[in-house]
Amino acid sequence: MKILLDHKQLDITLQRLAHQLAENHLTFHDTVIIGIQPRGIWLSQRIARIVQEITTGNVQYGKLDITFYRDDIHQQGDMHLPAHTDIPFSIEDKSVVLVDDVLHTGRTIRAAMDALIDFGRPKKVELLVLIDRRFSRELPIQPDYVGRTIDTIITQKVKVYWQEKDNKDEVVLLD
Amino acid sequence: MSLSVKHLLGIKELQQQDIEQIFQTADNFKQVLQRSIRKVPALRDTTIVNLFFENSTRTRISFELAEKRLSADTVNFSSSGSSVSKGETLIDTVKNILSMKVDMIVMRHSASGAPWFLAKHVDASIINAGDGTNEHPTQALLDAYSIREQLGSLKGKRVTIIGDIMHSRVALSNIFCLSKLGAEVTVSGPPTLIPKHIQDLGVRVEYDVKKALEWCDVANVLRIQLERQHKPLFSTLREYAIYYGVNKQMLESLQRDIIIMHPGPINRGVEINSDVADSKHSIILNQVENGVAIRMAVIYLLSGKRDLVD
Repeated sequence: MKILLDHKQLDITLQRLAHQLAENHLTFHDTVIIGIQPRGIWLSQRIARIVQEITTGNVQYGKLDITFYRDDIHQQGDMHLPAHTDIPFSIEDKSVVLVDDVLHTGRTIRAAMDALIDFGRPKKVELLVLIDRRFSRELPIQPDYVGRTIDTIITQKVKVYWQEKDNKDEVVLLD
Repeated sequence: MSLSVKHLLGIKELQQQDIEQIFQTADNFKQVLQRSIRKVPALRDTTIVNLFFENSTRTRISFELAEKRLSADTVNFSSSGSSVSKGETLIDTVKNILSMKVDMIVMRHSASGAPWFLAKHVDASIINAGDGTNEHPTQALLDAYSIREQLGSLKGKRVTIIGDIMHSRVALSNIFCLSKLGAEVTVSGPPTLIPKHIQDLGVRVEYDVKKALEWCDVANVLRIQLERQHKPLFSTLREYAIYYGVNKQMLESLQRDIIIMHPGPINRGVEINSDVADSKHSIILNQVENGVAIRMAVIYLLSGKRDLVD
């Protein structure tokens, strides 16, 4: 097991990501942040909170469940149980920042984009991830904002712990 | 997570956690149905056949909509106008349909137990859409789901089922479902329409409809199924309406408001009056609305069982 980000590094990384978002968007009037269920929620909540602190105006934040859009529904023994989708605003003509904790094969993001399009036609979709496992993509999908880029092999696992859920802030690489 | 069963034949075989899982999944589908695009691509690789050997409006449309909202391909079959009238057996009919690569079967049949029989002979997942006077599991699930939506939970809630208990598959499935979720059940109606020994299922029997209504939080009023009654069990529909029909006057005489349900089709003026069926106490149309979400949840959760077939 290797610690990729400890509590303090994670905090600095989140601050940087939020500031990069604010730098590129100036105002969040036409930009919304949407976290991908289940694990992107914690990251997106933190990012939305920091962005709210450093910008003026209300930052709109939602949650998107992608269970019914997955391409592996019948490849696993068990069914994935859905989580709640909560997008209490229109995404029509908005810039959407999709947020997930770990980017690996890119299949989750493909499903998320399909799910998102069912809610309207966004002007632009960007992707923010905490950990980018590069060179392991199965689809042509790249992030716009990255916390940490790492090289991994398929058997390794990246685990992200959040204070709100796991009582600690930490990102580790498991062999 | 997965259901403990491969088919949805009856509520009797379900665990409480299966029902909870179906409800949670239905919550999400209900949300999908409120979007501008009321459809998800989850089952675009699944083909479902709706086999209806008995008449149906709500259940058939509801299943078909549920399948379409999940992006499944659907085939509809009704026994009239099919080779069943030429003497083909149930198993032959179904095996022929399955050889055309169908993944799931939704079946309504007038013979009690038909879906169990079929499940023994074919590999595909089967959903019972009503078998004779036995079970109608998706109706019971949507009824319980609608009560949960109104009252928050089923635990400790009192539900009275009024009417033709003897011939009602809705009644039996409801009794199983409500009991598994911790609700108390009373059945009420004329003694000739209440089966002997029904108390063995853990329900109370109350022949006085007024008293049964006073006791409950929710009243589920059932249709008199004349088509299944082969000998007279009460003198006239008019007499039934007078003694066992639910009307506004009766509801207003109760100490508190209760919720009125009906699985449809309604015989207005017989088991229920229009001033009740269309009142603010009635959640009859909510039941129908929830039916699509519940059926989506059942189909979605059972579709994962396909791997066991191949």
